[in-house]
Amino acid sequence: MKKTINQKAWFMVLPVLLLVSFSAIVPLMTVVNYSVQDTFGNNEFFWVGLEWFEEVLHSERIHQALLRQSLFTGIILAIEIPLGIFIALNMPKEKGLWTSVCLVLIALPLLIPWNVVGTIWQVFSRIDIGLLGHSLQALGFDYNYTQDADAAWFTIILMDVWHWTSLVVLLCYAGLQSIPAAYYQAAEIDQASSWSVFRYIELPKIKGVLIIAILLRFMDSFMIYTEPFVVTGGGPGNATTFLSIDLVKMAIGQFDLGPAAAFSLIYFLVIMLISWVFYTAMIRDEEQ
Amino acid sequence: MIAYIVFLMLPIYWLINMSLKTNQEILSTFSLWPQQLSFENYRLIFTDSSWYNGYINSIIYVLMNTVISLTVALPAAYAFSRYRFIGDKHLFFWLLSNRMAPPAVFALPFFQLYSSVGLFDTHIAVALAHTLFNVPLAVWILEGFMRGVPREIDETAYIDGYGFFGFFRKIFMPLIASGVGVAAFFCFMFSWVELLLSRTLTSIEAKSIAATMTRTVSASGLDWGVLAAAGVLTIVPGALVIYFVRNHIAKGFALGRV
Repeated sequence: MKKTINQKAWFMVLPVLLLVSFSAIVPLMTVVNYSVQDTFGNNEFFWVGLEWFEEVLHSERIHQALLRQSLFTGIILAIEIPLGIFIALNMPKEKGLWTSVCLVLIALPLLIPWNVVGTIWQVFSRIDIGLLGHSLQALGFDYNYTQDADAAWFTIILMDVWHWTSLVVLLCYAGLQSIPAAYYQAAEIDQASSWSVFRYIELPKIKGVLIIAILLRFMDSFMIYTEPFVVTGGGPGNATTFLSIDLVKMAIGQFDLGPAAAFSLIYFLVIMLISWVFYTAMIRDEEQ
Repeated sequence: MIAYIVFLMLPIYWLINMSLKTNQEILSTFSLWPQQLSFENYRLIFTDSSWYNGYINSIIYVLMNTVISLTVALPAAYAFSRYRFIGDKHLFFWLLSNRMAPPAVFALPFFQLYSSVGLFDTHIAVALAHTLFNVPLAVWILEGFMRGVPREIDETAYIDGYGFFGFFRKIFMPLIASGVGVAAFFCFMFSWVELLLSRTLTSIEAKSIAATMTRTVSASGLDWGVLAAAGVLTIVPGALVIYFVRNHIAKGFALGRV
């Protein structure tokens, strides 16, 4: 759609601007303030420049957390995106009661408070009282997520797949719904294989929503806090201490405000940088 | 398909199953369904004020947040969908960037900000804090839906003598009603499921159900039955909301962009 140039439109954006400034810029500036100062208590602060940033950038602990975080995000994206597309392709075609039931059930995990998701999986995978933990033990696997790092990872990844694949499914489903039936009929006449139907009709059509899905899943999994916190508390050891968990430990647990603030800023910048790439791709896709 | 739905439902079933057992049964026997149905856990939640207040508090701030977010997002989304102005694209990305900010980054500054203006432990503090990620999302969704409404409708309305507000209320709003519904749904959802900020910003008066749950775990040891029952009850509002928007849900998840 062609848009007209109208500077007065700024007035309509103003309320949002004021509100978001209050809830975003003010706290952000506080963080910036902390990141360049040190304190010995008593509210006396003094300037330390970029010292905290250097410390954070060289911190072994944070490198490890970043590595774990990237690995986690990589794994869940690699599982959730293909699985989500696959499920969306297998959704019932004709509209009816069954489709509605499927949609509601699929959307359900998305509306469960995150700490409850954590709780659900905590009880579900405990070896003494949980169905999953108990069954795996009975099958002879040495599974105990509170002690074994691999088991903890397995639980967290399974939980995330359970929790968020639905989002990918719903997005792709919406994309697939928008394909006119004529496309499929044409494909049938050409005797196209189901793979080429997917490759040349469905995939290009859902590309736009797929980018949104990847963007949202990337952002949210990179900021994941509540669920692993409830299930494993970052353990065993530090095996599932992701960036957010580490950050909260540092800021609220140990009250190391300076390094925590510097850490926050770097963390935020990393997310923004990667998201910007996706966002640009999305805009370009829309403008075509 | 069926296998996937079973996979989704199994953990939820297990939670419901546990919520209907007594603690003793949970810990002593392993069974796929409750041996003797017990509604004791639910009774406890509905009679203990520290529990049911959690639900009331959560619902209050979630509703506040939804109203605030939509009120400010509507005009902004209209501006983004209709006009080009200096810095519009940057502004839009800046808004979105707030959606990307990890809540962990903001927890501590929020705590200090709201304490210093005397809003700590009030519903409005949580509602305002949640606008951080809900307003950008609402703007994004609404913009997508508004873009689908042809410009000609605006122009015809102005020629017919509608003022801007008359047009917005009488003609434009009904056209994007489903978009507003979907945006409200998303605000509801993300505010309802968020824990970190709501826990940091409240202590007693406005304590959310999520916070009540995590604190109970640490305080009274492990009362699995009650915990499970509380969990089941937090799913109920979500399930109700989904039921109402089920026909728009697919389009809504695509942010109005298909």
